[in-house]
Amino acid sequence: MDAISTEALTKHYTVGFWRPRPYVAIDALTLQVHAGEVFGFLGPNGAGKTTTLKLLMQLIFPTSGRADILGKPVGDLDVKRRVGYLPENPYFYDYLTAEELLVYFASLFGYAPAERRARASRLLDEVGIGAERRLQLRKFSKGMLQRVGIAQALINEPEVVFLDEPMSGLDPIGRREIRELILRLRDRGCTVFFSSHVLSDAETLCSRVAIMAKGRLVTAGALADMLAFQVRGWELVVSGLTDAVLAAAKARGDVIDATTVGAARYALELPLDPPPEKTLAALIAQGASLVSLTPVRDTLEDFFVKQVSSAGGSRFRESA
Amino acid sequence: MKVVGLVAVNVFKESVRDKVLYSIVVFAVILMSTTYLIGQLTAGQDTKIIKDLGLASISIFGLLIAIFIGIGLVWKEVEKRSIYTLLPKPMRRQEFLLGKYFGLVLTLVINIAVMTAAFYVVLALMRRVEPGIDAASAASATDPAMLKAIALVIVELMLVTAIALFFSTFSSPFLSALLTAGLWVAGHFNSDLRNFGAVVASPMLAQLTRAMYYVLPNFSAFDVKSQVVHAQAVPASYVALTCAYGLTYIALVLVGAAAIFARRDFK
Repeated sequence: MDAISTEALTKHYTVGFWRPRPYVAIDALTLQVHAGEVFGFLGPNGAGKTTTLKLLMQLIFPTSGRADILGKPVGDLDVKRRVGYLPENPYFYDYLTAEELLVYFASLFGYAPAERRARASRLLDEVGIGAERRLQLRKFSKGMLQRVGIAQALINEPEVVFLDEPMSGLDPIGRREIRELILRLRDRGCTVFFSSHVLSDAETLCSRVAIMAKGRLVTAGALADMLAFQVRGWELVVSGLTDAVLAAAKARGDVIDATTVGAARYALELPLDPPPEKTLAALIAQGASLVSLTPVRDTLEDFFVKQVSSAGGSRFRESA
Repeated sequence: MKVVGLVAVNVFKESVRDKVLYSIVVFAVILMSTTYLIGQLTAGQDTKIIKDLGLASISIFGLLIAIFIGIGLVWKEVEKRSIYTLLPKPMRRQEFLLGKYFGLVLTLVINIAVMTAAFYVVLALMRRVEPGIDAASAASATDPAMLKAIALVIVELMLVTAIALFFSTFSSPFLSALLTAGLWVAGHFNSDLRNFGAVVASPMLAQLTRAMYYVLPNFSAFDVKSQVVHAQAVPASYVALTCAYGLTYIALVLVGAAAIFARRDFK
């Protein structure tokens, strides 16, 4: 069973006062997220990531299509008991302390008073909120609020957790801590669905990703598969290479560029064609020794830019 | 229903930590003390004036709390985005709305209780200072019948809160305040609408005003302040019937608010 699945999930808004037109916020999104995986929901600003999360949390209702979480329709009370959600730039009751807020949220899940306090305390420790937990939230910085937001999303030990831009507002140490926390959640069997436009986070954490642009799903799949198909060349490091042999290889087009990395030691940029084995065999025959051979792949950023740039079409629909 | 209670307690906690609410209570207490001073300057009518002003100030300060906090109950949650973390928790939207409502009602009842206590203390002190004061008036200074008027004020304010909450589920605070206050004023002249048909020539207009009489909340029915001050009898059956009317109206308004809120998008 998929942890999350959407089928032709669509959301239109009406914009314009004098000439109202439907604006396509999400266009027929069909997506499956497997149980226990860390799934990255990527896209530039305005791609529809937050709108999708709001649809999954039933903060807004779809124009058409459906969405299920843990095999049940979104909004089902049983589903709500089993999921956690961190909204983008979270805001909480600022008259409460961090501890009171978490205890309040824990009470909504029906935990006994002692259990509420224990969970609040444990989670605040886990996200790095120390003595500040007894301060009113109005005194908290953005990064600290983000940590509290992550803690409240985990108050019920959710089976699926939705994090909208979880690294937003965090310093480098905070980002690392949250990355480690997400990996710990994955190890516990929790499904993590997180939206981000910071691709390095997705690259570090996700097993699969989906890329959105202009309200449409551009691509979805395993990160390893996406990037494996995008090998654009090879990096060959050799030693014992003479200048004359290097010049001849360049002249044949076997080597695109060369960087000196030591005495008679070069990092060579090879094209996809001819195959690297052939070039390597030729160089070894002329006295060179192999140090390493590595495929040069597109980064997720390269892949992302290509995919998003190719997404065309208007988000406005002509009224019927 | 447990969730309703938890949300309500949180609303009450917010009100307690809200300094504006304290200032309203302090102001009410100061005003009632002022009524005592006015009473000192008015020979023979002391208790009547204090009762009039005291009951009126309880009603007006309660009204201010009901309208100005009521219109912000939902709007503030949406505007500050705190609703985004709350609604995904295991609760129905109706439970959230009812929790908000009963939280403010709890705040109102406690505020009115404080004001009423202060009011009776002022009156009791007056009687102690001037032991003959009861003789000048048809009712005793601390006449318990005034509690009937205060009970009806509470039901009236519960209705105002429900109406403010209803408007706040779909409109801005300014518009909600305007519509709630407008309905409160119209509701106080509601009984005039019933007989309006007798003075207009158009039967259609007569029917329209009669229909408005039945649809608009009859706030004037809750106002028995003048009767209790003048020691006129207010039958318990009248109080019970008016409370039943108010509670039925509140239930209908809350059902309407819940229906709108249940399908609202929080963009």
